[in-house]
Amino acid sequence: MAAGANTISMGTGRKEFNPKKERPGLEYYIREAGQAVLRQINDPEAIDEVVIGNFIAARFNKQAHLGGFAATIHPSLEFKPSHSVEGACGSGGLALIAGIRSILAETAQIVLAVGVEVQNTVKAIYGADILAGAGWFQKRKNGHAYFFPGQFSDRAGAYYEKYGYDYARKGMAQWFVNSIENARLDETAQEFHNSTADLTGLYNKMAPNGKNFVDHLNVLDCSKVSDGASGIIIASEEGLAKLGIAKKDAVEIMGYAQLTRNITEDPADLTELITIKKTAALAMQNAGITIDQVGTVETHDCFSIAGLLAVEALGLAEKGKGAAYVAEGKTARNGEMPINTTGGLIGWGHPTGATGVHQAVTLWQQLTGKAGNAQIQLKENRPYGLSINMGGDDVTVVSIVYKKA
Amino acid sequence: MNYDDRLQHVSVLGAAGKMGSGILLLTAIEMADLSLKPENKGKSFILNAIDLSDSGLAGLVDYMRAQILKTAEKKTIWLRQMYADRTDLIENSDIIEAYIQDVMRIVRPTTSMEAAYNSFLIFEAVSENKDLKVKILNQIDRNNPKKPWYFTNTSSVPINIIEKEAALDGRVLGFHFYNPPAVQKLVELILTDKSLPEMKQFALGYASALCKVVVPSNDIAGFIGNGHFMRDALYGIEQALKLSKEMPLTQAIYIVNKVSQDYLCRPMGIFQLIDYVGVDVVQFIMKVMNPFMKDENLHSELLDQMMELGVKGGQFSNGAQKDGILKYERSGPIAVYDMENKSYVPFDSFHTQADSWMGTMPDGFQPWRTVIRIGDKDTYFTKWFNTVSLANNNASVLAMAYGKNSDAIGRKLVSDGVANTDEDVNTVMLTGFFHAFGPINTYFV
Repeated sequence: MAAGANTISMGTGRKEFNPKKERPGLEYYIREAGQAVLRQINDPEAIDEVVIGNFIAARFNKQAHLGGFAATIHPSLEFKPSHSVEGACGSGGLALIAGIRSILAETAQIVLAVGVEVQNTVKAIYGADILAGAGWFQKRKNGHAYFFPGQFSDRAGAYYEKYGYDYARKGMAQWFVNSIENARLDETAQEFHNSTADLTGLYNKMAPNGKNFVDHLNVLDCSKVSDGASGIIIASEEGLAKLGIAKKDAVEIMGYAQLTRNITEDPADLTELITIKKTAALAMQNAGITIDQVGTVETHDCFSIAGLLAVEALGLAEKGKGAAYVAEGKTARNGEMPINTTGGLIGWGHPTGATGVHQAVTLWQQLTGKAGNAQIQLKENRPYGLSINMGGDDVTVVSIVYKKA
Repeated sequence: MNYDDRLQHVSVLGAAGKMGSGILLLTAIEMADLSLKPENKGKSFILNAIDLSDSGLAGLVDYMRAQILKTAEKKTIWLRQMYADRTDLIENSDIIEAYIQDVMRIVRPTTSMEAAYNSFLIFEAVSENKDLKVKILNQIDRNNPKKPWYFTNTSSVPINIIEKEAALDGRVLGFHFYNPPAVQKLVELILTDKSLPEMKQFALGYASALCKVVVPSNDIAGFIGNGHFMRDALYGIEQALKLSKEMPLTQAIYIVNKVSQDYLCRPMGIFQLIDYVGVDVVQFIMKVMNPFMKDENLHSELLDQMMELGVKGGQFSNGAQKDGILKYERSGPIAVYDMENKSYVPFDSFHTQADSWMGTMPDGFQPWRTVIRIGDKDTYFTKWFNTVSLANNNASVLAMAYGKNSDAIGRKLVSDGVANTDEDVNTVMLTGFFHAFGPINTYFV
């Protein structure tokens, strides 16, 4: 993979965001991200295929059939294969997987993957209806007004019960603090302008309140509502050469996995992200590595509790020890395992269908030294990057292992 | 009759008006919420929206829908619980729409006064005319066998007079909302000697259900809010007239408006506030209050002249400010009315002279919008008014005198027995007029 690019993640938190004013739509974001990728390659015509990851523009924007927008990125993309893929918030990851498969099948040498979502078209209370589409609709009636925060609030509640409220909140608070501090280093991040001095104090002041929101999470535990897009090139070695991209500017996909859980069944254990656990393990197995060779992780922290549970699912900490691992600073950018170094879904933003691609862009930046102010230094014995992109409540998961080419 | 029963049949008089529509909205929502309680399933709730204006009632329906939508969006979590047994309502949007329909189903817009003849509770928000209020309430009471309670929204007429002249015998109290009722937290509660204790209890419960702050005011014309505002407005007008001896009146009005806004840290200057309320309304309230004032004359020649020239202010139905003593653009006032030439003079044409008369704004100035977010306002204002008192310029002198006068008005409301405490006066001005500090303070000693 190479030539990654992100638009700004637009929404509350950005100074220029004004919900009352008209804003660019879906078309703009697809074009912006796509063209930012194209500016980094020497021959747009060499692209064989386009895959667009998107969750639910059909409701947010009343627009389906996003494959048809490929040619708006560049005229040469007309009459080339282009389609969109959907797996809720895992759609971006699925777009990457679709591209990787085309390369492996040798039906393409160069694929442009774009992830996009434009969510600020409706108020949050209606956005919750739309995003609930990532769950089983038969369960919507008994779900929370804010359906997905409700699902992960239940997970947080189960974690509090098992391991203690204060203990868990300490870890979740630190997760939030890391997210914002990392986002401040990336100018495309939604929380880039965040200037709150005492983030922990702010977090601790906002105890979860089920009357206004959900029982076990506050709004700082949640990812952002975002408009944004990300794009990246997936290419074979021949493809890279055609585009004039040096190997040092690319990352190699060492292994990947994509597993899906039965959406109609409740998780067996609310304190475990079992699909993430299985998928990441399989991706690492396919890459022939173990977690102690991974230098940085991009994980799907749609809620802070999902971050803690992912730490446990990856085996970085035992079950129930994830909160302590995070609270001790081990996931901070200078910690044992830097996670979400540009802010993740809570800090950088969560344009749902784009998130999987954004994770790939961040890992590509970090592994090739292009992360600017957000750059971390990887240790020699930990040269790998790992991404986890999740759709729904641990239903569709994509995990990819990257290494500098 | 318990709280819920009392609210089963209610009428709002003057429902299409600025205040009436807000009272209707809040009451409709409270009634709908009661109707959703399991113990009230199957009971009927009726709210008559009575107004003489057909077109006003048509507009009212649009206003209600839009406002109920906003309310429903804010309490969807609760609504999902209330509609849990409705298997046809799944998404938030389904539930919100059902709620709007349920609230609207309670409301019966009508031009016929007879609708109120069956109500247990009647809100009166017709125009601020004592004889009209008395006539309507008396007519309803003679025809309504249920001995209803009357909540009048009058901002100036003493309640005991309405009670006596309409022969309501202890069944009326003053329940004075601030504009707009749906937003403003303050309600002034005015009882007469005869007001039924159970009616007061109900009023407090109702105010609490609406999340209102209740300040008791004694039954003296104008009560606390207008008692302060009218005198404060007259003081502002008087200062402008004094200044007009050394400069054109237009410039003087600009200066007093600016000083009362910026230096006294209020959401708007005094002339803008008069326009906001309406020159006609201010003139009328003074007229209603004046006969009850012993040693003072609540009357302004300037307002009379403005009215004669058709300068009225007030608001458009969408809430935008109409031109009055000042002329407005979206950003705020931009010109002032010149009574001699019968036209508006732009601020731009004289603000250099006016600003130079006022002098340099002292260091540390912060606009109202910023100051209201400050936690420790007392420390801020102690420092700010100390700075102003030391500043050697005309605007600062005017501001200090203005603040001192506002303080005196507040203290007089307590000594005259209109308000029970200093705190009540301050609460009214803080919550009803959005002042950043209460008029009774120590900043201007």
